[in-house]
Amino acid sequence: MGEHAPSAPTPGQTVGPFFHYALPYDDGPRLAPTGAPDTIRLHGTVYDGEGAPVPDALLEIRQADASGRVPATEGSLRRDGRFTGWGRAATDTAGRYAFRTVEPAPAGEGAAAYFAVTVFARGLLDRLFTRIYVPGRNLDGDSLLSGLPAERRGTLIAMRDSDGDLHHDIRLQGERETVFLTFPGHDR
Amino acid sequence: MWVMTSATQRSISDEIAQLHTTAQPGETRTRLDFAPYRSSVLRHPTKQPLTVDPDDVELAAPVFGQSDVDPIEADLTLHPQGEPIGERMVVTGRVLDAEGRPVRGQLVEIWQANAAGRYVHKRDQHPAPLDPHFHGAGRCLTDDEGRYRFTTVKPGPYPWRNHDNAWRPAHIHFSLFGREFTQRLVTQMYFPGDPLFPLDPIFQSITDETARQRLIATYDHDITTHEWATGYRWDIVLTGSHGTPMEEDTDG
Ligand SMILES: [Fe+3]
Repeated sequence: MGEHAPSAPTPGQTVGPFFHYALPYDDGPRLAPTGAPDTIRLHGTVYDGEGAPVPDALLEIRQADASGRVPATEGSLRRDGRFTGWGRAATDTAGRYAFRTVEPAPAGEGAAAYFAVTVFARGLLDRLFTRIYVPGRNLDGDSLLSGLPAERRGTLIAMRDSDGDLHHDIRLQGERETVFLTFPGHDR
Repeated sequence: MWVMTSATQRSISDEIAQLHTTAQPGETRTRLDFAPYRSSVLRHPTKQPLTVDPDDVELAAPVFGQSDVDPIEADLTLHPQGEPIGERMVVTGRVLDAEGRPVRGQLVEIWQANAAGRYVHKRDQHPAPLDPHFHGAGRCLTDDEGRYRFTTVKPGPYPWRNHDNAWRPAHIHFSLFGREFTQRLVTQMYFPGDPLFPLDPIFQSITDETARQRLIATYDHDITTHEWATGYRWDIVLTGSHGTPMEEDTDG
């Protein structure tokens, strides 16, 4: 070993229809215990290009905690009370997903707070990245959001329910298609 | 609603061939818009993705450790009531980043059909037998060299409803994490020489021949063990990372 030969990345493939017995798990969507104080529900529906709910999608989120720190804590699969800042939820038969978590704080002064999100689904040939911004603070100064036309910006910002929860739908295709992200070096 | 007209294999193969003529040089990623895979028609974004520099959250992969995974989860043939039916096999390889550095201590998840091509899944309607001794899901953590290793049985090919007489080449689904959230990968590992390759719209959604080859494991007789299991090797390369690699991430 020792040499670091650059190599071409392995291409992705769809998660397919049969991931449910392998990837989702009971504690996946429960980043924080149900009923714990200062927790919220982050929830919504995944839609296809005709506005039909997608019942076989899978979402993963990565987030900071309430103090803006991104935990590097193991234990997402067997949480045992640990907040790891990572979770996974499959959509139900109505295309709905829901996480129980803490609301992330901005990672720095003047920054906006968001959940980093990966989307998988049957019919989706490779994973998609997006963000779900917490509404309210510092959104105007966010460089990603300010680079978007107003009508697309909204597809990245969650809505506050009257009970304090966050609601956010994801549209894989269509007029109100969610803004999906790519990162430098990902050649797409 | 998308009406599932039952296309013939010939017309699906023609569509694949047509789309391959539109491949751009260096287009090695999987296409999201690949109509021969019918379920992709309404589930691919039509707008260009926005390129962003990853932020703190996206630079931090989730962390998994000994408390997440039991080492026995890497052996899919373990079952209290007996042995699964099929060709016992070992699949092993390294998870590397695009710079060739091992991805250490990260979670690898797999799931697959049994030897008859049937999944333990409510929605799998394939009239092939379930194996009471095979569940078909496993997990492990990569070691200090980025290596994973699973013991399982070779999955069978299976029919699906994409078009008339559609069959998936035998494959194992793989889920991988890197050092960054941006490196997340879910893919499928295939077996060398499968006659179903040219017919399969999911495999062919990678328009570049060389890139498709990266999903095919190699039979390795050095992994094969005497009177026990055949052996396959498959290395996985994640997309490039953006942060400065920590000292401990350099290969010793
Ligand atoms: Fe499959």
